[in-house]
Amino acid sequence: MKDIILEYVKNEYLDEDEAEEIGLDENTPLISSGIVDSFSMVSLKRFLEKKYGIAIPDDQATPEAFNTVASIVELVKRHQGEKGA
Amino acid sequence: MAYPAALREAYRAELQGIREKGIYKEERYIHSPQAAGIDVEFPAGAGLKRVVNLCANNYLGLSSHPEVVAAAHRGLDERGYGMSSVRFICGTQDIHRELETQLTAFLGTEDTILFPSCMDANGGVFEAVLTDRDVMIADRLVHASIVDGMRLCKAMQDTYKHADMKHLEQKLQEHQDKRARMIITDGVFSMDGDLAPLDQIVELAERYQAMVFVDDSHASGFMGRTGRGTPEHFGVQGKIDIITTTLGKALGGASGGCVSGRQEIVDLCRQKARPYLFSNAVPPPIVYAALKVLEILSTSTERRDKLEANTAFWRKGLKEAGFVIKDGESPIVPIMLFNAKLSQDIARDLYAEGIYVIGFFFPVVAAGQARIRTQLSADHDIPMLAEALEAFKRVGAKYGILGLDKKGIIEKYGL
Ligand SMILES: Cc1ncc(COP(=O)(O)O)c(C=O)c1O
Repeated sequence: MKDIILEYVKNEYLDEDEAEEIGLDENTPLISSGIVDSFSMVSLKRFLEKKYGIAIPDDQATPEAFNTVASIVELVKRHQGEKGA
Repeated sequence: MAYPAALREAYRAELQGIREKGIYKEERYIHSPQAAGIDVEFPAGAGLKRVVNLCANNYLGLSSHPEVVAAAHRGLDERGYGMSSVRFICGTQDIHRELETQLTAFLGTEDTILFPSCMDANGGVFEAVLTDRDVMIADRLVHASIVDGMRLCKAMQDTYKHADMKHLEQKLQEHQDKRARMIITDGVFSMDGDLAPLDQIVELAERYQAMVFVDDSHASGFMGRTGRGTPEHFGVQGKIDIITTTLGKALGGASGGCVSGRQEIVDLCRQKARPYLFSNAVPPPIVYAALKVLEILSTSTERRDKLEANTAFWRKGLKEAGFVIKDGESPIVPIMLFNAKLSQDIARDLYAEGIYVIGFFFPVVAAGQARIRTQLSADHDIPMLAEALEAFKRVGAKYGILGLDKKGIIEKYGL
């Protein structure tokens, strides 16, 4: 899951050489660094919902929850767990 | 009345937080009409200082032009001060419709509807014509008023990387299942001064059956050979479905905005756009003055030609001096400094030299992209700009950044 989301972030938010330049990984801050802002975040949220068949309520799509790929993975897993339970 | 102490405290803490981040905005009081040279009181209480203004949107130098001022006087005398009504109750004079007709002719569209501002035009138009079966696909650097307008609309929101046509195409493919697709962009981007590639955007729009929306606030009146804006610049006049623009920059600089484009879209705005329905009509003096502006621009390209010459001089001078600027063709010329504090320090030193510019940094622009944005005007002249250039060189030399590229500046000052 981590790699899929990393790949999406790279495609959706960075230019080809940029990803390399900043050494994008699961701990790279996305929101606080300005790579993703609230305006462009919408497509990431929709991608996660579609890809993993979950619904992330707006009040959980916070800048903190979306700040790194690691925290996004956590968020998705939590929702998948809820759905399974 | 209930203004609890705890709430007051919370507000004060928030304000303090803004101050501590160093992003608290202070107004500077100008004691003269808007022009290339202005008298400024800054900080508040200080004596007046005559400075060269390089941060106004007064691109054509019409904000205080005698003919424009005289037209506003005539409007005041003949039609009064204000309308005390929204347009559709009793706020529409014949001159409002006349201005809409003249804007339509100027922009080469089917029809036009005036709004109190372009912020209002952008705030109202999307909701008026798009539904939850549609999608809005916006450049990531569009103006804040467009972002707000999109948020008020039920259509799906999507964005593409700034001016990245491959990414836009990907998004258009992805959204073929929607009833309508709307590509949304600024014509000239206000912080970078670069242009949206409208020729390519129109081509993609035709291929993927999408409408095109362009906010030409920083282009109307001067971009293109006869100043009709970015559609003229790219040779796609008549192919843009919605143009929004402002009367608050090149076109007189007072206030007012419009949606101009397809007949049905303008008609729907007149029925449904909330800022049109629920905010007061543009006052008669402004309408008269705007008509005069369009008359001036339709009879001569002298002012936009002078602006173009000033812009070329300024861009070339800064480059030769060794500054890093964002390349482009518009009179918005950002001098890249990358480091936020450096942008503030240089703006302050320039002010001491009699140059009024502002440093912009995150969150107004992306992090690590701090800059001083300079804006040219037809009201500037070459000797004035030559002097300003010397001041820039002195300050640039003081900070040792002349001749350094992006990497060099970042190595020296950090991000
Ligand atoms: C691109 C753009 N659109 C809209 C606006 C808002 O225009 P107005 O001042 O007419 O509300 C601005 C002004 O800052 C702008 O830069």
